[in-house]
Amino acid sequence: MNDLHHVSLAEMARQLRERRLGAVEVATHFQQRAAQHLAGPNAHGDNTGAFLAVDAEVTQAQAQAAQARLDAGQGGPLEGVPIAHKDIFVTRDFPTTAGSRMLEGYRSPFDATVVNRLAQAGMVALGKLNCDEFAMGSANENSAYGVSRNPWDLQRVPGGSSGGSAAAVAAGLTPAATGTDTGGSIRQPASFCGITGIKPTYGRASRYGMIAYASSLDQAGPMARSAEDCALLLSAMCGPDPDRDSTSLDVPAEDFRLRLNDSLQGLRIGLPAQFWGDGLADDVRAAIDQALAELKQLGAVVVPVQLPRTELSIPVYYILAPAEASSNLSRFDGVKFGHRAADPVDLLDLYRRTRSEGFGEEVQRRIMIGTYVLSHGYYDAYYLQAQKIRRMIASDFQQAFTQCDVIAGPVAPTVAWALGEKSADPLASYLADIYTLPASLAGLPGMSVPCGLGAGGMPVGMQLIGNYLQESRLLNVAHQLQRQTDWHQQRPALASKEVA
Amino acid sequence: MSTRLVQGYEVVIGFETHAQLSTQSKIFSRAPTAFGAEPNTQACAVDLALPGTLPVMNRGAVERAIRFGLAVGAHVAERSVFARKNYFYPDLPKGYQISQYEIPVVQGGTVQFYLGDELKTVRLVRAHLEEDAGKSLHEDFVGMSGIDLNRAGTPLLEIVTEPDIRSSDEAVAYAKELHKIVTWIGICDGNMQEGSFRCDANVSVRKPGQPLGTRREIKNLNSFKFMQQAIDYEVRWQIEQIEDGHAIEQATVLFDPDTGETRAMRTKEDAADYRYFPDPDLPPLMIDREWVEDVRAHMSELPRVMAARLVTQYGLPDYDATTLTQSQAMAAYFEAVVQACQQPKLASNWIMGEVSRRLNSGELSLEQLPVSASQLGALITRIGDNTLSNNAGKQVFDALWTGEALASQSPQAQVDALIEAKGLKQMNDSSALEAIVDEVLAANADNVAQVKAGKDKAFNALVGQVMKASKGKANPQQVNAVLKARLG
Repeated sequence: MNDLHHVSLAEMARQLRERRLGAVEVATHFQQRAAQHLAGPNAHGDNTGAFLAVDAEVTQAQAQAAQARLDAGQGGPLEGVPIAHKDIFVTRDFPTTAGSRMLEGYRSPFDATVVNRLAQAGMVALGKLNCDEFAMGSANENSAYGVSRNPWDLQRVPGGSSGGSAAAVAAGLTPAATGTDTGGSIRQPASFCGITGIKPTYGRASRYGMIAYASSLDQAGPMARSAEDCALLLSAMCGPDPDRDSTSLDVPAEDFRLRLNDSLQGLRIGLPAQFWGDGLADDVRAAIDQALAELKQLGAVVVPVQLPRTELSIPVYYILAPAEASSNLSRFDGVKFGHRAADPVDLLDLYRRTRSEGFGEEVQRRIMIGTYVLSHGYYDAYYLQAQKIRRMIASDFQQAFTQCDVIAGPVAPTVAWALGEKSADPLASYLADIYTLPASLAGLPGMSVPCGLGAGGMPVGMQLIGNYLQESRLLNVAHQLQRQTDWHQQRPALASKEVA
Repeated sequence: MSTRLVQGYEVVIGFETHAQLSTQSKIFSRAPTAFGAEPNTQACAVDLALPGTLPVMNRGAVERAIRFGLAVGAHVAERSVFARKNYFYPDLPKGYQISQYEIPVVQGGTVQFYLGDELKTVRLVRAHLEEDAGKSLHEDFVGMSGIDLNRAGTPLLEIVTEPDIRSSDEAVAYAKELHKIVTWIGICDGNMQEGSFRCDANVSVRKPGQPLGTRREIKNLNSFKFMQQAIDYEVRWQIEQIEDGHAIEQATVLFDPDTGETRAMRTKEDAADYRYFPDPDLPPLMIDREWVEDVRAHMSELPRVMAARLVTQYGLPDYDATTLTQSQAMAAYFEAVVQACQQPKLASNWIMGEVSRRLNSGELSLEQLPVSASQLGALITRIGDNTLSNNAGKQVFDALWTGEALASQSPQAQVDALIEAKGLKQMNDSSALEAIVDEVLAANADNVAQVKAGKDKAFNALVGQVMKASKGKANPQQVNAVLKARLG
């Protein structure tokens, strides 16, 4: 079964249930691939650097347990199907680093709720995936353990912060991955690597066990090869968690596959004027236009809408997210867990050196920005003002949704850029977040759907944004598009390579 | 309001009190709150701020805040907001404390109490929910500090007054009243040694009519005695400084009970910028009217209301009523004794006198009192009907205390049996008394002579001799009367 990594999740789960596939066999297949893609300074050849940790024994044990349940005619909807987790989710069975030196060798005594729920559904964990340090970045170049590379072109970035998740799925190292999205960290890497990813409504998936970057924005979601796969995964991930996460929504778990095959006849797709400005690259524009044409063929109509504060979402996000991050990351002080500077002379020295040594440059930058905007005398001008505009951005969306059912647009202004291209210019990469930030600030569900290849043969993703709790609508639109087209089936050459 | 001046200065005091709420588990986690466990055995992943953990509000802590709000006549906010107070300290695991800042759960309210005969009212600004930090242990670790996170995340209600207090006496009276309220309504165990009730006093002085002076905050006053000493010292120190021409600098100070002095910990210059902002992990705390009314319906009579009722219902003096309502247990004991003997004033005297004295000397709480309310009621019944003198009653009380009574008997039968067995029945037969008096007079000719010479002391000595001769059974008033008649 050498093409196992091209089989869809639903198909794989069915074959496992019918015992035409064995869970151990499946796990072994992906383990062998994953083991070739461990991040590190010496990564070379075809290595995407997507994985930070694997553990053959743990994965084999989980696979055997899954097989035992399958043999007994038991097990969850995804019993025996492998998954790998972004290293932002804490796990008992694997180390958790958040891509940071600060947590090198850290073991959590508990599993994140999302990890736990996917395990309950029967999924077998392959390991932990590379990401930007504490999920701060959009190129996966801010990982303390080495970059992750784009499987379509190893000289390009996979996007971020869930760069390892996107690269691993695109390279066929895992059939599915978890990601987290604070300002676009699921959608943008999914777009760059040609896979499907969805960030649900804020509060749909529990944040318990997700190492916090910006608490009011962080949201977990699945990354896989199709909308149908994402629907399966999302159904297992979501659900209320009132005893562990106070911001978890009191909305019952849902089967997101139920509406996949609804007709798109009469569907109103809103196109925000602000999403088609000068900054948008022609290849990206052309790919999205093609996808929109397909959707019109399916009966959808496009309507112009306005999101007048789209540009403001950049300063608003880069005030609020660092503000929350500066506080969330205070717990990394060398006292209780994680890195501790050697031989501190006093308490201040312990704090200073621990944090200087443990945090990378981008994390330190955001802590400083966040500390500044919360400081006495600046709070009103920055933080409060940003909160006000954030509410306006949310109400702009509500205005737009009176005219349309879903909003479509680009995920990113360009295809994946070259490694190192923006790493010296943080502002340039901040600006590239313009299309993903508005939905994050409003807490709305958003997804990235592959829609062809652009410059350099690199994938382009189309963004779909829905109103609150309208994930099934988004998945429906994406699924119908994927029934009609094969963009999501396209694979980088690397994905077809056999392991040595 | 009468203002008491110290060397021509008016003293202005405001209070911040941290009352530890008596919940089983912590304010944002499920770890237990019990005091005195081995270090770091009562701290869970949330209390340790392990990566990925999140706070979840303990409803019991909110319910207690509502109770307090109702007890002090405050507004219980329908919507209040948790905020992060950011600062680094090793015993603060998250690097921030979750507290309430701009919108607290309890707003306004008053605390009223008697200072002597004068009814005082101190206005409250607010009371807000927050979590406690852990403890740094500097002893036992050479060149290092130990951290105990058992206390981290313990729920606190911080109660803040307006600067309405004008003397150290009033400060102590306020703190005692507040202590009584929080223990009475059962939201705090009030144990000051264990830090369950900690007061900070903001103290300043000014010439009457002048604007408020610069204040210094005395931290962590954990006994009423130290509170008074600390404030008195601080007031004298501030006046001295001003008189010497020095300006008071805003500062946080600690009281050292060994030297009786306050000393500055930090001044305003090194005050931290706490970068408060609303905690994104906790939605605003919503309290609907229904919840408030439900809490109100389950609250017992408040001490001040009860004291007023004791005055009207039993005709007790204000002093007695206030003393008996120091705790719910004492008030309940009093009412049970009255129920048994129908002698409110005698019951009050006994509880404030003998009962309190015995409890204090044995360092016992009322719950540990070995004499039941019905036994004390039976005893007082016999004093009330002149079977027993008050003094002889103490011997019966002793016997009840030490468990001499027969458990199988009714309380009244127990008391009567003890009176009988000890021969304590009061002598109400006047001819027998007259005979004793005559014997005593014959045997004490000296005293008789002195009394005739106008010496009152000698008269008292004769009373004592008669009482002794009657083995304490004579009625003292009757002894007085007979002696006066004989010597008259």
